[in-house]
Amino acid sequence: MQIHDNPTLKAEARNLNFFYGEAKALKNINMPIYDKKVTALIGPSGCGKSTYLRSFNRMHDLYPGNRYEGEIRFFPDNTNLLAAEVDPIEVRMRIGMVFQKPNPFPKSIFENVAYGLRVRGENNKRVLDDKVEHALKGAAIWDEVKDRLADLASNLSGGQQQRLCIARALATDPELLLFDEPTSALDPIATGAIEELIHELKKRVTILIVTHNMQQAARVSDYTAYMFLGEMVEFGKTDEIFIKPKDKRTEDYITGRMG
Amino acid sequence: MKPLTTEEIRAVIAAGKLRDNLFKATGVFCLALALIVIVALVADMVIKGSDRFTLDFFLNFASRRATQAGILSAWVGSLLVMLVTAMAAVPLGVAAGLYLEEYAKRNWLTNLIEINITNLAAVPSIVYGLLALGIFVYQFGLGQSILSAGLTLALLILPIIIVATREAIRAIPAMIREGSMAVGATRWQTCRYHIVPYAMPGILTGVIIGLARAIGETAPIITIGALTFIAFLPPAPLSTLGDGSTAGLFDWVMAPFTVMPIQIFNWTSRPDPAFEVNAAAAGFVLMAMVLSMNAVAIFLRYKMRKNIKW
Repeated sequence: MQIHDNPTLKAEARNLNFFYGEAKALKNINMPIYDKKVTALIGPSGCGKSTYLRSFNRMHDLYPGNRYEGEIRFFPDNTNLLAAEVDPIEVRMRIGMVFQKPNPFPKSIFENVAYGLRVRGENNKRVLDDKVEHALKGAAIWDEVKDRLADLASNLSGGQQQRLCIARALATDPELLLFDEPTSALDPIATGAIEELIHELKKRVTILIVTHNMQQAARVSDYTAYMFLGEMVEFGKTDEIFIKPKDKRTEDYITGRMG
Repeated sequence: MKPLTTEEIRAVIAAGKLRDNLFKATGVFCLALALIVIVALVADMVIKGSDRFTLDFFLNFASRRATQAGILSAWVGSLLVMLVTAMAAVPLGVAAGLYLEEYAKRNWLTNLIEINITNLAAVPSIVYGLLALGIFVYQFGLGQSILSAGLTLALLILPIIIVATREAIRAIPAMIREGSMAVGATRWQTCRYHIVPYAMPGILTGVIIGLARAIGETAPIITIGALTFIAFLPPAPLSTLGDGSTAGLFDWVMAPFTVMPIQIFNWTSRPDPAFEVNAAAAGFVLMAMVLSMNAVAIFLRYKMRKNIKW
């Protein structure tokens, strides 16, 4: 799929700062996230890419002492996701997340996917069946699990577990899907399956993905942002970032001289 | 340093292995000592009490004649008191532990509460007895009843259940909690669907350890005034009483009672040596009660843990 020249804005970070207690982890980040595109966040360990990602669904609110400054605007309704009056639960209902390590619940495959719907008060068996099937198909795992939906999710392989977690996030039709290094615990074949899936998913949902694997960023993303020491060093179309980076620091990282 | 020759390496390994074996032998000896003492105690009770292991012993009330005396009121009393204790302590302890782990902010106040919960576990049980005598028996007017005893022992084991609940919750990886919150769950939904079910095996262990401690407690029960000689049972729900009226569902909680340890204590303090046989037999029964509680807990824990993997 070609990148259009005038993509719609889905979200935008404006002067975003983030503090773990006293420590400033994100420094004045400004960055657009385009609708139905894959945006990759790359950078060396500790550069703040996961911290940035977890700001979008207010995961930092779960732990004391964390503080945001600035805004993340979410469109089309132009909500500031970080505003104190915006309930983090509402934010998480609109924005799904897939974690670094597959984290299925120790429940059945079906219940894992149905959980997001149950949380929203959906208990109608037929609706659940329908949506679970749809989500599992969307995560390209339906054929592997359709005959054993009642089995424990922990019996699946790592790659299957991660796709199940994607299905869990998809079941509630999120507008934005966050991926926090989703393949770092997987073997190359399972990684390939996830990357292919991300490619499919961007037809339906906007994706923001943190990866420490530059080839992966190049393969799956339309846009790439390079972060370093809590700063957004460079943002642009993926081909441009990888072929002719403007910033010396981006170039050093991409060519392997740093990080 | 010059590299060691093969002989020297072997000598070093041999010296190391000798110490290994020495420690192993010491360990086995210590373990055997502890086990032998327990086995000897149990065997002693079984041998001494063997004359009393009859159905009558379980179905007879206390009596002035040792051979006719039984433990009916004591084992029924113990079970009923445990029932009240569990009903009171489990919801309170689990809720308190859940609150402290999942909801409470970390500050000096929660730290203070935490330290004091640990301290409470170390308060001598007689102190709980005195407290209960003042509060439950007199202030609340609950009298010398099963309810008073159950609540007293509930207080006693509350810290154990709280600590076990907290430890079980802490063993749940953060990524499970985050996974639940990330789909938009509230704290309560996360607790209800994940934290409590996954912590249940650990909570159960704490509950059983607590109850096993409670069932052997004598001092606080004596303090609140359990009877030492009792020849009737608490009224069964909806049974017909002596005066022709029908007992209510919960009349039994207000009934006077005795428990196993008190019965045993009572028999050991009699001058007639024949009662020692009763005491030994009752001691064995008490022990069997505790062990079977543990067995049930281990079984349930095993069943539950089988499905919980991360």
